[in-house]
Amino acid sequence: MPQSPTIRTSLGFVLVAAVCLVFADLAITSINPWLEMGRLLRGVVTPDFSSPGQIGTALLRTVAFAFVGVGLGAAAGFVLSLLFRFRIVRMVCAFVRAIHELFWALIFLQFFGLHPLTGVLAIAIPYAGIFGKVYSEILDEADPTPARILPRRVGVLSRFLFARIPDAWPHLRSYTSYRLECGLRSSAILGFVGMPTLGFYLESAFGEGHYDHVGALLLVFYILIAALRLWVRSRLVPLYMLAAPFFLGTGLPIAWGQAVRFFTEDIVPNPIRQGEGLVALWQWFADLMVNQALPGIGATIVLTQIALVATGALSLLAFPLISRHFTGRITGTLGHTLLVIARTTPEYLLAYILLQLWGPSMLPAVVALAVHNAGIIGHLIGRRSNEISLRPGAAQGRLERYGYEVLPRVYGPFLAFLFYRWEIIMRETAILGILGITTLGFYVDSAINELRFDRAMVLIVITALLNIGVDTLARRLRARLRLRHSPTCES
Amino acid sequence: MAGLSLRSASAAYGGQRVLDPITLTIEVGEQVALVGRSGAGKSTLLSLLFDAERSDISYMPQELGLVHALSVFHNVYMGRLSAHASWYNIANLVWPFRHEVEAVEAVLEPLAMAPKLWSPVGELSGGQRQRTAVARTVYQDAGILLADEPVSALDGPQAHNVMRTLTSHYATAVLAMHDVELALRYTNRVVGIDEGRIALDEPAAELSPEDLLPLYRGETA
Repeated sequence: MPQSPTIRTSLGFVLVAAVCLVFADLAITSINPWLEMGRLLRGVVTPDFSSPGQIGTALLRTVAFAFVGVGLGAAAGFVLSLLFRFRIVRMVCAFVRAIHELFWALIFLQFFGLHPLTGVLAIAIPYAGIFGKVYSEILDEADPTPARILPRRVGVLSRFLFARIPDAWPHLRSYTSYRLECGLRSSAILGFVGMPTLGFYLESAFGEGHYDHVGALLLVFYILIAALRLWVRSRLVPLYMLAAPFFLGTGLPIAWGQAVRFFTEDIVPNPIRQGEGLVALWQWFADLMVNQALPGIGATIVLTQIALVATGALSLLAFPLISRHFTGRITGTLGHTLLVIARTTPEYLLAYILLQLWGPSMLPAVVALAVHNAGIIGHLIGRRSNEISLRPGAAQGRLERYGYEVLPRVYGPFLAFLFYRWEIIMRETAILGILGITTLGFYVDSAINELRFDRAMVLIVITALLNIGVDTLARRLRARLRLRHSPTCES
Repeated sequence: MAGLSLRSASAAYGGQRVLDPITLTIEVGEQVALVGRSGAGKSTLLSLLFDAERSDISYMPQELGLVHALSVFHNVYMGRLSAHASWYNIANLVWPFRHEVEAVEAVLEPLAMAPKLWSPVGELSGGQRQRTAVARTVYQDAGILLADEPVSALDGPQAHNVMRTLTSHYATAVLAMHDVELALRYTNRVVGIDEGRIALDEPAAELSPEDLLPLYRGETA
């Protein structure tokens, strides 16, 4: 059976996911899932806007944290991108972006407490790592000739500002604005660990069963993101940046004693703190590995692989919704709205909602990851398919057109985008553990709740290394299958 | 000021030699036309000459090296970046000084580019871009000019105008040309390149267009 390497790789992934299904717990455990789901849907379609002050505060804080966090991240990332030729800088960037915003928040909560700094740094640090990498790629792609032909005596700064920045600027700007959208989602989610953003209000509305409040909050958030291009104008951004720090709220003051203790005592492995020697340290570590890290890694990989294949399948079903080869004007608009909702809803939020409805298992996580990521990939592939012009008289039936004309042409970019999301899906999978699914995040969260920060830190580092490993694997696969993909086309 | 010289310089791309070891000296006051078929190694030779010296040289490569997002003014101004301090350059990037604008305008005027002073280069036609690069070179006012096909995108009168402008500003110049008539008319020495080596080196006054034909037929070897 002659098969292309692309098809073989795809089948390999499906096979791995099938094996993972054997180990996955996908049951719906709540007693009456559909009743609760009906109540939620009713709440979403009959939103309650009776407390505009609360909704306004939630949005204002969400926007403020996003602007300050992304702004600091972009500034730091820009500096890092200039130093990106140094191996150590590349490694630091890879490491900080391999740790999810929520993990950073959980760490900073321990020493800054509920101070705004916790939320700001939780966004700024991983984003700096991402910006550093992507900015340096953008700058590398700029035409080197203008700089080359300048006389040697031209200063470094003039050379950079005249010959490098101007042509890279549109790309830097569009990538930064795409990241701002991600930042708004990150900021909203930080509410789930206590920051005063959207997630905080959503969680309490959920807890009290006020689904109409949930509906109102979600609706306003969708509008905020859908209208991003209208209210984020380049002339207004400096104004927003200056104003944002004043709208973060005051939070609680930082207890500096706590901060010092965190570094000098809390994160030092317990056996060392007690002076029990190397043997005890080894036992502590082995115990942590066998009882927490390995089961956590196992569950994280199982969930990631299933979610990855589910995302792929759903993306291939979703992209025709916005492709002009399959939809008309009205159906296209409808499809667009559906995909915008799917990608605007943070996967963490979706998983949280589905867990409330279906009870704890991997199913809500798989569905949440697949819906959110398929919303993104479907959007990108749909747009790509619109660039294809079919020859007149090409396959008339929609199914034939899909199978013979469109799918073969977009399958390469599709795989490239999917592999790019692989690391992101894994990072998200780990974090969903906080909601009670036994991935690595579950063990991190439990360790923090038990005030065993030494264990939490080791587990977070393991999570980061796992992400870096998957990222490397994805890059190798992309190179082997000759899939070209630049992350800047995401915007 | 000294001229330029290469001693046994060669070049290869991806393991394939594109230029045999070449020895070439350009004296001050010589205006040299590099002629030969495309792919003969003219651009590579110019690039080698530029890398060998890189000071007091204005280099205009075939791809021009313009910054597309910047205006014609800024691209022309870039010719003299090294004449000013960084702070001055940055100020001029954000808010151009009046006397700098006037100086650049004076260079653009004879090239019929003054009306495009504030247009981003990315919005210009091929010929307008080429004239912008010419203006940058003139504004730079270096000792030696190296230009690769400086009039390839220009029509008759404009091509003559640009050749006149370049050769009157630069007494010492090396110009890669594919238009043999222009080459003979505006330069005083012709160097013919064929298959990576110098196949001809004569004063322009002693050559007729027919003398250069063998270069284009590959009959020099």
